[in-house]
Amino acid sequence: MQTDWILGLAGGVAIGLAASFYLITNGKVMGASGIIGGLIDKSGWSTARDRIVFLAGLLSAPMICITALDISAETKVTTNTIVLIVAGLMVGIGTRLANGCTSGHGVCGISRLSLRGIFSTFLYIIAGILTVLIFRHIWGVI
Amino acid sequence: MRALTSFISGSLFGIGLLFSGMTDTSKVQGWLDLFGNWDPTLAFVMGGAIVPMFFAWRYSKGRKPIFGDKFPDPQSSNINPDLIIGSVLFGMGWGLAGLCPGPALASLGFGGSQGLVFVLAMLCGMGATPTIKSLFPSYKSAI
Repeated sequence: MQTDWILGLAGGVAIGLAASFYLITNGKVMGASGIIGGLIDKSGWSTARDRIVFLAGLLSAPMICITALDISAETKVTTNTIVLIVAGLMVGIGTRLANGCTSGHGVCGISRLSLRGIFSTFLYIIAGILTVLIFRHIWGVI
Repeated sequence: MRALTSFISGSLFGIGLLFSGMTDTSKVQGWLDLFGNWDPTLAFVMGGAIVPMFFAWRYSKGRKPIFGDKFPDPQSSNINPDLIIGSVLFGMGWGLAGLCPGPALASLGFGGSQGLVFVLAMLCGMGATPTIKSLFPSYKSAI
């Protein structure tokens, strides 16, 4: 659809403003995997309160928008439980090993011209493209 | 105050993810589907997000955060095995499900049981990572 890229750009700016606000007020990189991961492996327990309220906002705000504006939203995610579990484990382990995901390395890293962020983003995009190629077009499981 | 600013950031992040279409896995996988029916949306989202953040980083130079001690140190440019292996693993999982950590949580309220299964597996993976790292002591020294 033609409106998709406009919504994408507007939503992207909102994500960028959220990351900018988080940086300027709290002095932290807004990385989703780091904020969650620090709670899971205890490395971020000293700032647990900030992390929990960030995640509370992240979870509740989309639901409030959907209800208030009466819009439909679907994730269209696969119903294949094995794919979901394998993918979830890979995303969990991968983002903690790499110390960042699409928000941390992608949005916050690239905008800082960080070599690690740019390199990581390049790698996960290539890995994602090859995975979709193999599992969608060759194997046909996704 | 940090609780409030964290809540505002998380909320705006979630709203941005929802409206940009990034909680829709078909748009994410569509962007990665270079050899199929390619969907360019994700590039607009990334571009839109990077611009304000570029100025935020520039603003941060020589200043202090409003409710913090200092801005994050300039990142080391150290590209180590963790970064490489982690990024490839993450990219594979991202391609398989079309979800990364931010959108996975933002869609938890409306993503049904599949979304919950993905998030639980992701949290297990995150929790297991320190143990996995400790299983490879020789490789750990490269970090």
